[in-house]
Amino acid sequence: MSQLSTIPKPRRNVELVLLLLALAVGIGANMLVGVDQEKAFDTDFWFQSSLLALAALVFHVVLRIRAKYADPVILPLVVALNGLGLAMIHRLDAPGDDTGNNQLRWTLIAMAVAIAVIWFLKDHRILRRFTFISLAASALLLVLPLIPGISAGEILGARVWIRLGPMTFQPGEIAKITLAIFFAGYLSSNRDLILLAGRKIGPLQFPRFKDMGPMITAWLVSIGVLIFQRDLGSSVLFFGLFIVMIYVATSRISWVVIGVALILGGGFVASKVFSHVGLRIDGWLNAFTDEVYGRQFGGSFQIVEGLFGMANGGLVGTGLGQGRPNLVPFSNSDMIIASFGEELGLIGLFAIVMMFLLLFTRGFRAALGTRDAFGKLLACGLSFAIALQCFVVIGGVTRLIPLTGLTTPFMAAGGSSLLANWIIVGLLLMISHTARGPVDTTPLPPAKGAESKGIDTPTEAVKHL
Amino acid sequence: MNQAIRNSWVAAIAMFALIFGALSYVQVVGADDLKANAWNKRAILQDYCNDRGAIIVGGTPVAESVEGSETCKFQRTYSQPELYAGITGYFSQNYGATGLEVAMNDQLAGSSDQQFLDRIGQLFLGNQPKGASVELTIDPKIQQLAYDLIPDGQRGSIVVTNPKTGAILAMVSKPSYNPNLIATQDPTAESTNINELVKVPGINLNQSVSGPTGELLAPGSVFKLVDTAAALSSGKYNKDSELPNPAEMPFPGISYKLPNYAGGNCYTQNTASFAFALQQSCNTPFASIALDLGRDAIAEQAKKFGFGENLGDQLKLDYALQGFPDDLDQPGLAQSAIGQKDVRATPLQIALMTAAIANGGVQMSPSLVKTLRSPDLRVLDEPQPTALRTSTTPDIAKQITEWMTSAVSQGIARGAAVPGVQVAGKTGTAELGNGLNNSWFTGFAPSNNPQVAVTIVMEGVDITTGAQLTSPNAKKIFEAVLNK
Repeated sequence: MSQLSTIPKPRRNVELVLLLLALAVGIGANMLVGVDQEKAFDTDFWFQSSLLALAALVFHVVLRIRAKYADPVILPLVVALNGLGLAMIHRLDAPGDDTGNNQLRWTLIAMAVAIAVIWFLKDHRILRRFTFISLAASALLLVLPLIPGISAGEILGARVWIRLGPMTFQPGEIAKITLAIFFAGYLSSNRDLILLAGRKIGPLQFPRFKDMGPMITAWLVSIGVLIFQRDLGSSVLFFGLFIVMIYVATSRISWVVIGVALILGGGFVASKVFSHVGLRIDGWLNAFTDEVYGRQFGGSFQIVEGLFGMANGGLVGTGLGQGRPNLVPFSNSDMIIASFGEELGLIGLFAIVMMFLLLFTRGFRAALGTRDAFGKLLACGLSFAIALQCFVVIGGVTRLIPLTGLTTPFMAAGGSSLLANWIIVGLLLMISHTARGPVDTTPLPPAKGAESKGIDTPTEAVKHL
Repeated sequence: MNQAIRNSWVAAIAMFALIFGALSYVQVVGADDLKANAWNKRAILQDYCNDRGAIIVGGTPVAESVEGSETCKFQRTYSQPELYAGITGYFSQNYGATGLEVAMNDQLAGSSDQQFLDRIGQLFLGNQPKGASVELTIDPKIQQLAYDLIPDGQRGSIVVTNPKTGAILAMVSKPSYNPNLIATQDPTAESTNINELVKVPGINLNQSVSGPTGELLAPGSVFKLVDTAAALSSGKYNKDSELPNPAEMPFPGISYKLPNYAGGNCYTQNTASFAFALQQSCNTPFASIALDLGRDAIAEQAKKFGFGENLGDQLKLDYALQGFPDDLDQPGLAQSAIGQKDVRATPLQIALMTAAIANGGVQMSPSLVKTLRSPDLRVLDEPQPTALRTSTTPDIAKQITEWMTSAVSQGIARGAAVPGVQVAGKTGTAELGNGLNNSWFTGFAPSNNPQVAVTIVMEGVDITTGAQLTSPNAKKIFEAVLNK
């Protein structure tokens, strides 16, 4: 209540200062990798630095105009993470490679799209109108990589890419957002129904079977992704996203119990039936056996090399440009966390993970602050998706859980991931803008069935949501 | 709803707590294990292009870092590659390192504890890291002589030590290889070369499983020295004991009979004194000692000579070890007592046994490193001779020395005799079952004041070749060391 009784402040100047700090981190890192490779301050460096800074400042100005109450910490955090990712990708580029500049191109595209989302959407609640269109879009996006002609075929065991001219694109990354919009829209409309009916077993109230429809749908989507796209990471991510959103919508822990049971059951069967899942798990449990380490496909070479790299970094790291992260396969994409661990050490990785932690915390904060159920569900789902994705990636790299093919948000080389995550940032900024903005003080019209005491103050209305 | 959002946030925080834990484990708690993992090439690669300390023999570097390419500033080269390969090992970009290159990597790379202060200095002065140089106990002339005494194409090893200090004066084996082929900075050449090298028969690039330190061979009759020491220390036997010496030793219930060697003089008498039995290397007296004392007594004495035991921390190189076998039936024990059956020892192990006898029963730690010097030539470490273990009493050692001396002066080790010097020696011929033998000589000189111990093994030779390549070669080494 108290946070709403004070007069809202835009805090855009705070954002500007933090943004300059974030740019200093990213550009400074890029400069250091250049120094150690004796190509400091070359044209690439100036080109990359100035474009990144320019894009960040444009984003900042757009926020001043369109969403001036947006959370001032989110953009600087993301710019810092993105800048660090660019620096590491630039550092890992062998002579002649152009991954760094390519990543910069995608960063600029992604930021432009996020700006467009903020500029044209104006209010996130409009998205609620697209609930079922989002469902259709999700289905389309997930099916695209399986359609001959559009599909880029099987790359590294997974079928998640499509071909767009000379480039490949991973539509599943965007499906993460459209699915979140669908779940948020569907659940905010139907949560009362799901909430009221049900059977109590012990302390848990279980839903009626017919209300299980969306849950079954989500489960089928996840299993479908696992079977047809062979993408364990995305499968876990989609399902985790849904469980959290239905839990938040209903506050029923029983959904979580059912969901976790379903995914464990599905996962267990999948590990027995599908060799790609079984291999992942074998590569995790038996990573240090000769057979698994030496296996040509699906072995543990990648994860073990990553662990060696991080162990080499130790507490303080070798310093940017001083380690040998390029010994690890996919050191600039799936394994970029291991590259940071080696060169920046545990301290550097803690800082990076802490930035992710702050980022999703600000997202949850926006979910708490916004007044509409749709916004709450969407912000909470997207924030949790960022956290879960970090957990799956970093947990996989550190051998806490089996390694899957998910990307580290904002850091890993890859256009689709950058684009999707920047759109998420755009949405979170917009939701935080309504969350932190001035409350419309005109009395709310009585909601259907609500008692008249519910309209005393707007803050009470917030509490009821 | 807000409570559920907070709970979701707590769940996310819990996942991140796990991440923080996992990262701390990998990068700090478990990092040493990961760094020590055999698959981890980083430690070696970290140093690959740095200026590494030299390995020096008699003032001449046998392994040193010279100027390399622009991207990799230093290149490891070996000036006498084949001669020292078994000691230096190689230092490769993609295949790691072996020999002293890996065993003394910390010192050579400059990252050992002894060089801590130097590193601090480098940090402030901004100097490139430079490793310490390692000067070996090897005598280059003896090393060369020993190497030349093994004919090309012959598999064999020679170990020459100073029994009083444990210093290794020469340690060679053939076939050898050229470590420069694997240390090259050209990765294509490197992998081509290593694939060629592993095809050469008898070559194993890892000295911990081949050569004097790594190859486990049947010792044959040189193992009778263990039986002798066990017999004398048991109290049941003394220097005047008469031992049974039948031409063949039968065993109850089986047709196998353990024979004396047909070519010698053993058949001339049915009992033998210790001196005669050792001089002529008769089999049945020692088999009967082993059967009398039992497996444990022989195993215990072998252990005291270092069989299957740790060889101290001065050797630096990895080595193979194997104790006296367990679970022996009577014929098995009798055969093991004469160094056949499953008894195995490295040439270095036999050399250490002999050195212990030469040094009054005290086995010195074998050592390869004479001095460790910083780049500015300060002595960082100078290992002193240290006793490793007591193998037997001075009296027993003296008695065995006397008999080994008569084996050279009047027995079958005659070829090792050096005019004007008392030489103690023992030969061995371990049958390989295909008509060929591993032919051994182990001994020291002078008997009354041992300066040098020599152990030679030639593998897969016939009796005549074996006799020519062992004792007479030992004589040449004794002369070379003593006449200096």
